[in-house]
Amino acid sequence: MKKWIAGAVIALTAMTGTAMAEGHGDYPERPIMMMVSYGAGGATDFQARIVTMTAGNEDALNMPVAILNKSGAGGRVGWNWLATQADADGYTLGAYNVPHFIAQSIEGGVSYSTDSFEPIANWGADPAVFVVGADSEFNSMEDVIAYATANPGGLTFSGAGLFVGHHIAALQLEKAAGVQLAYIPNNAGGAGAMRAVIAGEVLGGVNNLSDAFRAREAGTVKILGVFDVERNSFIDDVPTMMEQGYEIDNASVNYRGVMVPAGTPQPIIDHLAAIVPTMFENGRVASRMEAGGSPMHIMNRDEVLEMWAQRQVTLEALLADL
Amino acid sequence: MEFLFYMGDVFTPINFGLLLLGTIGGLILGATPGLSPTMTVALMIPFTFKLEPQQGLILLGAAYTSTVAGGAVSAILLKIPGAPANIATTLDGHTMAQNGQGAKALQLSFIASAIGGLFGVFLLIFLTPVLATWALAFGPSELFWLAILGVTVIGTLDSSSVVKGLLSGCIGLWLATIGFDDIMGAQRFIFHPALGGGINVIPALIGLFAIPQVISMFAKGRANVDAEIITVQRHPIGAAFREIFNRKRALGIGTAVGSIIGLIPGVGGQIAGLVAYDQSKKMSPEADKFGTGHPEGVIAAESANNAMVGPSLVPLLTLSIPGSPTAAVLLGGLLIHGIFPGPALFTQYPQVVWPFINSMLIGQILMCVFGLMIAGWAANVARVPRAVMAAVVLGLAVFGSYSVQNSMGDVYVMASLGLAMHFLERFGFSAAPLVLGLILGPIAEANFMQGAMIANATVGQMTYFFTGWLNWLLIVIVIASISYSVWMELRQRRYTTKEDASA
Repeated sequence: MKKWIAGAVIALTAMTGTAMAEGHGDYPERPIMMMVSYGAGGATDFQARIVTMTAGNEDALNMPVAILNKSGAGGRVGWNWLATQADADGYTLGAYNVPHFIAQSIEGGVSYSTDSFEPIANWGADPAVFVVGADSEFNSMEDVIAYATANPGGLTFSGAGLFVGHHIAALQLEKAAGVQLAYIPNNAGGAGAMRAVIAGEVLGGVNNLSDAFRAREAGTVKILGVFDVERNSFIDDVPTMMEQGYEIDNASVNYRGVMVPAGTPQPIIDHLAAIVPTMFENGRVASRMEAGGSPMHIMNRDEVLEMWAQRQVTLEALLADL
Repeated sequence: MEFLFYMGDVFTPINFGLLLLGTIGGLILGATPGLSPTMTVALMIPFTFKLEPQQGLILLGAAYTSTVAGGAVSAILLKIPGAPANIATTLDGHTMAQNGQGAKALQLSFIASAIGGLFGVFLLIFLTPVLATWALAFGPSELFWLAILGVTVIGTLDSSSVVKGLLSGCIGLWLATIGFDDIMGAQRFIFHPALGGGINVIPALIGLFAIPQVISMFAKGRANVDAEIITVQRHPIGAAFREIFNRKRALGIGTAVGSIIGLIPGVGGQIAGLVAYDQSKKMSPEADKFGTGHPEGVIAAESANNAMVGPSLVPLLTLSIPGSPTAAVLLGGLLIHGIFPGPALFTQYPQVVWPFINSMLIGQILMCVFGLMIAGWAANVARVPRAVMAAVVLGLAVFGSYSVQNSMGDVYVMASLGLAMHFLERFGFSAAPLVLGLILGPIAEANFMQGAMIANATVGQMTYFFTGWLNWLLIVIVIASISYSVWMELRQRRYTTKEDASA
């Protein structure tokens, strides 16, 4: 035990020592850390570990990326930490979830906004879908909205919480269909929200496409619509909301990607922005993501910057009348 | 009986090697303060990337079972519960260790864990389809009543006084409100960024149990330099087995309560140990011995927290819903190999699922064997001089709280809660009810809020919370539990006056 503690002390001293090294000529010269603002085992954490697993390759960053989980308050704890406390030296990356962090910054009470971070690249896009239990009488969004029109505020449906993609999708649906719905945020996240649908506690639910796809394979739910501009290859038989006559765009799609705190030296940002997307394109990464039922969507830095700016505008409008 | 068919797969050289690795690694990591079973399994997932699905899951299954039992080691020897599941173990286990019966306490805890654990896994093997419907029966209203049932335990958990027990339970409930409220989106009592995510249970546990211990050890060390040296009694393993089988009631209650509670998604392992401890105390003729180093306390708590391992996987394997944080991590472990849990799992991937379940069966037995081997040796920890012990525990407490999410904030939380608990303990309050409040608060609140929102949109709150046989069953148990506590309190008072009269 004592030896072990002594070893830990030496390791810690060594780590602080290297942290003081300056300059970014041959960046990266030590392992990189990536903060994930959700707990170990969650979808974001799980995907972050897969997409960074080839970082140590010589044609990638040539240094491994270690995942650091800082979970709590729907991601706010981790993003607050990244914006205010993390070193902007290129050795601390963060995973982002859009629209979550943008919606939270619009809502207020947090110390970050889109200006606090610099995007590097996007690896995944998980659209929200509308699910009902396998034995539900609803077979299309039309049935759902007809019920909601007949019972204003009586259509209960679950989602992962407030100011996350599911909540945005719920607000969009209410606005587009012109009905009043009862959105029930679940404290146990997407899994809890799905459970509520399967157990019949609520009439329907908004959930992640990847989880809904799995639940449909298990025969416990029906998927009625996709909150995206086009159909998804995992479930290409399910129509989009737009196809069913509701003006709903892709504002609620859960984009996941890598960013760094603002103030990170520009050469490092450029280096990462050039390398990281190629890391995501690695065949091993793609096959693991495919096997896990996680839809990939690779975007470079410029595309992500544009996407962030668009979301900021859409979400401000959507959350203004809340 | 299909599981017997795949039993051979567990014993191929590589698989059995991984099983051993998982069991021993799990025991060590589980015994390390701050590393809960969930974290241990999460830490092992990256290692399974390179393994075959079958091998990876054998490693994870063995690690999961043995970390749950490993938590008892630090709970008994150091009074630091490794995870919420081990809180109840500290109550009698640590007292036993202080009396020199550490070896016995460890042996009892490992044997009870193995028996409870085997029962739980057998439930998973034979009754999965039946249990799956059960796991769905607990909606917001049922979970709310269940949490209330847990709250009624608070009063009797503390042996000294019902009122003080309830008071510290209330402090725990208040602490649970700190942070960001998931349902309404309100920020409550956040005075420091470290509290933004609320109070994490693991650092709180470490602080509340270990720090008062450390402070009193330092204080005693100064007061009398030549403090009595604890003689660690040897305890033959055979005697431990006999002891367990003589205490069938505690073992039975622990196993039954653990299996039932383990099945309920979201509540599971956290309170199984405490509820089992409380129930066996209430049904025991020697109720007053609980808390003073009574073997039944250890047996009930440990059989319960391992019995919950098997059933807690039922919702995951059949419905693809992770019922506990650890199950969520295991889901990641399955997905990474392209295996989707669900009803088709057992027909599509029998060569993965059955070895996984078998690894938990064999893992329980191996864990018990290794545990018994180290028990006698590990109990000598009690002989370490107080000053050294206090320093080591303090170091582990800081390390453990920091490692939960690499955050100094958690260390501050641990230290301030620990310091506050030291003063509370001097006034006769105890940590267990406080922690129970901290765990149950969010469950009760979130489920009440969700239930109320659903009720307002549909049938109305009175109908929602007071309809259905399961709701009523829980309400009846709540009333019974409260009246029992009141009755006990009255009876005890009468005794006190009698003694006073005779004195």
